Amino acid sequence: MSNRIDVKKTYKLFINGAFPRTESGRTYEIKSAKGVFIANPCLASRKDLKDAVVAARAAQSSWNKASAYNKGQILYRIAEMLEGRRAQFVDEIVLVTGATKSKAEKEVTDSVDRLVWYAGWSDKLSSLSGALNPVAGPYYNFTVPESMGVIAAIAPEVPSLLGLIEAIAPIIVGGNTIVVLASTKAPLSAMSFAEVIATSDVPAGVINILTGKKDEIAPWMASHMDIDGFDISGLAAKSHGAIRIAGAENLKRIYSFKSANPGRILAYLEDKTVWHPIGL
Amino acid sequence: MSFYGLVDGSEASLKNYLGSLSGVDQVGADERAAMLATRSIKTTSKRWAIDTAISMVDLTTLEGADTPGKVQALCTKAVRPDPTDSSVPSVGAICVYNDMVAVARKHLDLVGGAHVGVAAVSTAFPSGRASMPVKIQDTRDALDAGASEIDMVIDRGAFLSGDYIGVFNEIVQIRELCGTRAHLKVIFETGELVTYDNVRKASFLAMAAGADFIKTSTGKIAPAATAPVVLVMLEAVRDFYQMTQSRIGVKPAGGIRNTKDAIKQLVLVNEIAGPEWLTPSLFRIGASALLNDLLMQRMKLDDGYYASPAYVTID
Repeated sequence: MSNRIDVKKTYKLFINGAFPRTESGRTYEIKSAKGVFIANPCLASRKDLKDAVVAARAAQSSWNKASAYNKGQILYRIAEMLEGRRAQFVDEIVLVTGATKSKAEKEVTDSVDRLVWYAGWSDKLSSLSGALNPVAGPYYNFTVPESMGVIAAIAPEVPSLLGLIEAIAPIIVGGNTIVVLASTKAPLSAMSFAEVIATSDVPAGVINILTGKKDEIAPWMASHMDIDGFDISGLAAKSHGAIRIAGAENLKRIYSFKSANPGRILAYLEDKTVWHPIGL
Repeated sequence: MSFYGLVDGSEASLKNYLGSLSGVDQVGADERAAMLATRSIKTTSKRWAIDTAISMVDLTTLEGADTPGKVQALCTKAVRPDPTDSSVPSVGAICVYNDMVAVARKHLDLVGGAHVGVAAVSTAFPSGRASMPVKIQDTRDALDAGASEIDMVIDRGAFLSGDYIGVFNEIVQIRELCGTRAHLKVIFETGELVTYDNVRKASFLAMAAGADFIKTSTGKIAPAATAPVVLVMLEAVRDFYQMTQSRIGVKPAGGIRNTKDAIKQLVLVNEIAGPEWLTPSLFRIGASALLNDLLMQRMKLDDGYYASPAYVTID
């Protein structure tokens, strides 16, 4: 019998590149699929959301200015780091959701591949949605996609890791920064994923991850004046109406998606039109 | 000058007076300030605190790149911080370099801000490294341009080398120059005074020399207005009141950037000096970015959702 004391992990939030506890001091219990206690993750409050938005806003301008090539590299780097810690993620998914090992392995593989897939889009966005518009004068008239700003997202309950990555990757690849609420029942892989992000050259504040209750945080995300868009793919359809109404006051772009597609990137981009004289 | 009967103007009496001060328990001051910072101020109290803090702000711009246009914009904001809400009070004063005083005074009067003062930083701000005639002329320029408050810096080099009488005499001369035309705030630059004992000593020195306000910092040096330093200064004005029945004001400046910081300062004032000090005539906060955060927090209380910096001005 081993005399070693278990090293229990404290699951905290991920805000501005650091791992703070929730400002509220609240936690909630999560249990394994078999009903065994696992951990006390943070129950984030609206003030944690507020802090995260401040961090995301501060990080947005320089993240937006990073070259498409650089943004793609950083997303690819996240994929590399995730690949290297594959075993930990498989274990956590099995522990919390009770999924079979092969199913958990597939989720981690899909997560890595999805990151690589979105990373590849980074330098192709202007070809995809930009245009050279014909105008009645000696000018080039370009339309190029530009990031919107700070985007909030609710990750789906399951798959907890793949769903989180599906929420984060398309939003940040276009130059937006994100505040995402992870799966309530299975937040472990989200907080471990934050450790991956922290070691992946992602600038502080670009990705901020909260754990907590959707019904508590989503309305504050919708009404927050400094959040420009909101991905509600992970929110139950019955709450979509109320969230859309709350977000209407501040003209927030609110979308829900069912699958991975480049539209998820384009949803949070705006068109910028530039005129340039021909012959200069 | 009588110096409240505490000193007679001689070096010996000043040394005697400063030597009689008790030292500051550094660990105790840090702990007490940290403990008071944990107070939670909510709802109606928070609303009151935000409005009080706004009325105490010395809205400051002290940049080499200041232009008349920027100062005018700041003046307009000082009078009516939130153009969409007339219930927001005006700030306490505008704080500028002395070549901008005339611009600020004229523009304040133009936009209905006769009640908002103009504070000029003076005596070779921020370093205080100039001869006394230069410092006097600097102050006179500001007064002639219409400054109602003079924020003078002390000569920290003289203070740290023990030349207390030199520092004392400088303050006395500037005090005489201000006369009844302007309030005198004395800036210590606490980040350069090193110890809390020095802060306490500088506070009593400045108060005896005739300061109307004692101010922590220039805003050019970090650390600036830390909570323990403000606590030490508030204790000094409280003790000075017990000695002389005169209330001296306190102005923390530098590093107070958000509503939470400002409310912590108000808690300190209430707990250490007492509620009598919770008025713009005895407590000011030197800040620039703070005002926007106060306005955003006020919007949050009114509207029920978080505000965006896009709805306040870029200063």
